[in-house]
Amino acid sequence: MLKYTLKRLLYMVLTLFIVITITFFLIHAIPGDPLSSLARNLPAQVKENFYAKYGLNKSVPEQYVMFLKNLCHGDFGESLKFPGRGVADIIEKHAPISARLGLQAITIGVIVGIVLGIVAAFKRNRWPDHLVMFIAILGVCLPSFVLAALLQYVLSVKFELFPTAGWGTGKHTVLPTIALCFGSVATYARYMRSSVLDVINQDYILTAKSKGISNFNLIWKHVIRNAIIPAITILAPQIAGIFGGSFVIESIFAIPGLGSNLVDAVNNRDYTVIMGLTIFYCALYIVSLLMVDILYGVVDPRVRVSEEVAE
Amino acid sequence: MDKILDVKNLGVSFHTYAGEVKAVRGINFYLNRGEALALVGESGCGKTVTAKSLMCLNPMPPAEIKDGSSIEYNGQEVLEMSKDELRAFRGAEISMVFQDPMTSLNPTMKIGDQIAESLTTHMKLNKKEALDKAVQMLERVGIPEAEERINSYPHEFSGGMRQRVMIAIALACNPRILIADEPTTALDVTIQAQVLELLKELQNEMGTSIILVTHDLGVVANFADRIHVMYAGKIVEKGTTRDIFYRGEHPYTWALLSSVPDLYAENRKKLYSLEGTPPDLLLPLEGCPFASRCKYCMQICREKMPPKTDINESHSVSCWLKHPSAPKVEKPHILRRDV
Ligand SMILES: Nc1ncnc2c1ncn2[C@@H]1O[C@H](COP(=O)(O)OP(=O)(O)OP(=O)(O)O)[C@@H](O)[C@H]1O
Ligand code: SF4
Ligand SMILES: [Mg+2]
Repeated sequence: MLKYTLKRLLYMVLTLFIVITITFFLIHAIPGDPLSSLARNLPAQVKENFYAKYGLNKSVPEQYVMFLKNLCHGDFGESLKFPGRGVADIIEKHAPISARLGLQAITIGVIVGIVLGIVAAFKRNRWPDHLVMFIAILGVCLPSFVLAALLQYVLSVKFELFPTAGWGTGKHTVLPTIALCFGSVATYARYMRSSVLDVINQDYILTAKSKGISNFNLIWKHVIRNAIIPAITILAPQIAGIFGGSFVIESIFAIPGLGSNLVDAVNNRDYTVIMGLTIFYCALYIVSLLMVDILYGVVDPRVRVSEEVAE
Repeated sequence: MDKILDVKNLGVSFHTYAGEVKAVRGINFYLNRGEALALVGESGCGKTVTAKSLMCLNPMPPAEIKDGSSIEYNGQEVLEMSKDELRAFRGAEISMVFQDPMTSLNPTMKIGDQIAESLTTHMKLNKKEALDKAVQMLERVGIPEAEERINSYPHEFSGGMRQRVMIAIALACNPRILIADEPTTALDVTIQAQVLELLKELQNEMGTSIILVTHDLGVVANFADRIHVMYAGKIVEKGTTRDIFYRGEHPYTWALLSSVPDLYAENRKKLYSLEGTPPDLLLPLEGCPFASRCKYCMQICREKMPPKTDINESHSVSCWLKHPSAPKVEKPHILRRDV
């Protein structure tokens, strides 16, 4: 098990390194640089000093080596646009906001999706099923920003139930959470429905029925438990979807999270901030993948064994 | 002997997009206390559907039990049981071992829990007592180190071992009837014999009545007291095991007997296999269902369903050859002669 864990960790570091490298060169492949607008009207000598201060006068490979070196010391650097603002400080200050929104969205998305999917499967071809499938189709074809605008219009402008934008109270989180989790609800509802229908037709369900156990035990211990396991595999893409969605949703609702910071940084060509946040998101995603894997092993006895064998 | 199960005029249809599949077409049989009855017939003849009907396990819809069908267990009508009555009936009074042990166990539940489940439901044992009983059951069906094995999951067992676990599950509450639906078809030949032997042993020990479903007459020779031969949703011949093996009357029974490998045959020819396919169960049956494959087929066979002819009180057959004015045919030599 130790060997397996170490191998996993090594792969994680490797993945992170590759992502860092690709991001770095991609950013530098964009024409122009972050200082060009600031330094446009400066005399040549001043301009040169200015560039030298940030190491931007060096060749790209040199910059890359420098960047990696700093990174190894845990130094993410400072914002180019707003000197004095450390990237680490930005993460520390804004990540909790994004984390709250993201966790709320993924939890609600998964739970509501699973429940709807199960209900749809058990009421197959009756109205609850049709309703759930309608929601699922809506969730797949309605982009989150359209839904966000719709929610803002109906629930805050028309009925004034929730604030239109901003951050602060729990009420502020309601609309962005709904907008962010809707896609997951849809995906999970569809996935769970087919998963439950698949399990219901398995031979072992017939065995369970032939024992004369209660309906509750049948559905809970035999159907749902087996139907949920494959649903864990699609958790990873859902988390990625929530990350991606948060960039847009945070901007729409003017939420001071990491996502809106990243969007601003991209607009400003703020190299260091882009790099720092990308690495942060990437690391977070890799860790969540690992957690999904562990979770899968915990609930599915078959995985536990094959890992032991794999050693 | 008294009947524990009495099935009368059982008909089961499936409503599909293509139409009504008449899988079981009005069959009659009974099961005596402590007896082993074999239902034999080739794939698709309705054996599993019949077996599942006895516990109301066919999915409804698409399945429909035809009006006039009756299944009496100890004088109680199974087809009229409420959901609660059915739950109390299944597992406690009657239980079933399914064909494929690889897919019939819940992959995410410990073996012990799968056995204990029916014990806590029917015998009102607590978890601990039920698990103790589960260990005993596993020992009884010949699983070594049962104490530890109750914590294993199905994938940690081989096919033969899983079928033993299935038997332990089925017999946990000491049911009066055990239905074994091709319990050995998915297993290796050597394991098959072991599993059958185990079933026989347990039957004698616990006094359970067994309905053994199989497509292989070879399997039932030393197992069953009586044999019913099914074809296209009907029982075409009934009799004691001796009746069928020594004095079988139906051409389909003969075909089945010829396809049993016989180690002692003097000239070991290529194994016989019956040509053709059974009739489409979607279509109405005019004459004898076996007509298209029967080499003794006569004009009347295609036009009218053959009536049931009683040979003696235990032996009956549905074939026009038994009609007084039918030509006398010589029975094939596959019937055992050493009476
Ligand atoms: N759920 C179902 N829907 C439609 N038709 C069905 C269904 N279940 C069974 N049948 C039909 O009923 C007929 C009898 O099936 P059954 O499973 O009883 O055969 P069997 O004798 O057990 O054969 P095998 O040896 O292959 O198990 C088959 O023709 C099959 O097509
Ligand atoms: S009734 Fe006719 S077709 Fe049917 S089995 Fe007898 S001889 Fe053959
Ligand atoms: Mg079958």
